[in-house]
Amino acid sequence: MKIATLPEIKAVHGTVLYLDGISVSFDGFKALNNLSLAIDAGELRCVIGPNGAGKTTMMDVITGKTRPDEGRAVFGQSADLTRLSEAEIAHQGIGRKFQKPTIFERLSAFENLELAMKADKRVRAALFARLNSEDNDKIAATLTVVGLQESADREAGLLSHGQKQWLEIGMLLVQEPQLLLLDEPVAGMSDQETERTAELFLSLAGTHSLVVVEHDMAFIESIARKVTVLHEGSVLAEGPMEKVKNDPRVIEVYLGR
Amino acid sequence: MSSPMRLAVGGFAIVAFLLVPILNLMMPPGHPLHLSAFWVTLAGKIMCYAIVALALDLVWGYAGILSLGHGLFFALGGYGMGMYLMRQIGREGQYQSELPDFMVFLDWKELPWQWWGSEHFLWALLLIVLVPGILAFVFGYFAFRSRVKGVYFSIITQALTFAAMLLFFRNATGFGGNNGFTDFKRILGFSVTAPETRMALFAITAFFLLSTFLFSRWLVSSKFGRVLAAIRDAEPRAMFCGYNTVHYKVAIFTLSAVLCGIAGALYVPQVGIINPSEMSPANSIEIAIWVAVGGRGTLAGAILGAGLVNGAKSFFTVAFPEYWLFALGAIFIAVTLFLPRGVLGVLQRR
Repeated sequence: MKIATLPEIKAVHGTVLYLDGISVSFDGFKALNNLSLAIDAGELRCVIGPNGAGKTTMMDVITGKTRPDEGRAVFGQSADLTRLSEAEIAHQGIGRKFQKPTIFERLSAFENLELAMKADKRVRAALFARLNSEDNDKIAATLTVVGLQESADREAGLLSHGQKQWLEIGMLLVQEPQLLLLDEPVAGMSDQETERTAELFLSLAGTHSLVVVEHDMAFIESIARKVTVLHEGSVLAEGPMEKVKNDPRVIEVYLGR
Repeated sequence: MSSPMRLAVGGFAIVAFLLVPILNLMMPPGHPLHLSAFWVTLAGKIMCYAIVALALDLVWGYAGILSLGHGLFFALGGYGMGMYLMRQIGREGQYQSELPDFMVFLDWKELPWQWWGSEHFLWALLLIVLVPGILAFVFGYFAFRSRVKGVYFSIITQALTFAAMLLFFRNATGFGGNNGFTDFKRILGFSVTAPETRMALFAITAFFLLSTFLFSRWLVSSKFGRVLAAIRDAEPRAMFCGYNTVHYKVAIFTLSAVLCGIAGALYVPQVGIINPSEMSPANSIEIAIWVAVGGRGTLAGAILGAGLVNGAKSFFTVAFPEYWLFALGAIFIAVTLFLPRGVLGVLQRR
């Protein structure tokens, strides 16, 4: 087995996430093919690639939704993500925003954040949980960050698409993750909203690590420092935006022969 | 608590604990204000159903888990109480034996192991809570851990109650086969047919209904309740927020089953019979209809639905017995098409 031959992985200081030789196949289709990727602490990494390149599958592997056939996913010092459940991975400090805004539609924006907030999330604790003033302040502050202070008591299902995206981002923030995985965070946002989202992500980078998957190239260019291009389940190119953009292989994949 | 709710709870308490006992026990039979045993029993029975509807609303309306096997938990609670009531008959049965009549009929010489401890009321109480609870816990754990959800879960719960019904139909299972238990004489030494006993059972049922309602309200307004709603709306998000959703689902499913068991135990001494037909898949579907008619995810709607549908059922099965199932089907279709939020949804919109 491949795993056994690997040297003991202790994440290099400064590396928060390390994917090593990850392969996933669905009914013979290789969604990920020997994918390796390292994300540094405080880094803002953009991941791009054509449809079916494996971007969402990669996030599924990191968050425990999909188990890889091969390879290791190491988070922090030694957590092996391929062995943990979704909830355990969340407790390790990984937050995920889905492609389609996924929020609790029938609860208010405030309650959405209340549930997402870092806390003891076991059944017994939930029965008697009460918000203290510190919690309330934290939720209020997060609502302000994502521009929803006016809509705190609104049912989340009634928010606009862009607001739902932001609410979901807010839910990640109150969870206080080290690593945020953001799948198409600006889909359906207006230009102004997109711009504010870019500002928000740039302000988060440094204290958090972010992995952003996005199709909107203008958005990518506005935030990108380092870009990874996925193609057919593995890394095709990696580096600064300018370099990647002019890579002939990337141009071929995106524009076709 | 909102003021209409206060009014409803207070009104219910006055009617159930004051008005009904006075009209039933103090007014002599024949007096125009006398409330007959028939009505007391009918109301008691419907209140048991209302507890079951509340229990289903917790799992379906709040956690989004549609169980179509809740009749099983109700029946198990009923059988737990039924065993004790059978033992209370003592030697007054047809065969004047220490053993329940059906065992004498089957030529059994001693009580089978399932009946161990059944002469003790406390043991019966334990069975009423533990048997549905443990079954729901084990079944729920495996189903939810395997991520069985939606219609698949509903179908499996139907299969579960159907399988249990077939099991209980067998004489060898030791619970009276298709006849089940009946001809009860006493409970805790009191005659089950005495007006005072009936009234006591009625009042205890009313008390349990009220307690279940208030407890459920507390539960759904706690963070636990909001997590259930979160699981209903977006389970993957709840998991990525760090909630082990399996634990939450097992907890509410088990609690719901225990409430059904208690309802079943209160039902049997009032109605005077328990048999495997209570476990028929159709019975469990009917519970879901009560909740849908009243309005799910509201608690009060579940009680309302149980009352309305069973009230209609009592009327229909007397007036046009052969048309009840058609009427039930029509009610369900009408509610689904025109009242997606149930009768309570309509009342609230006004």
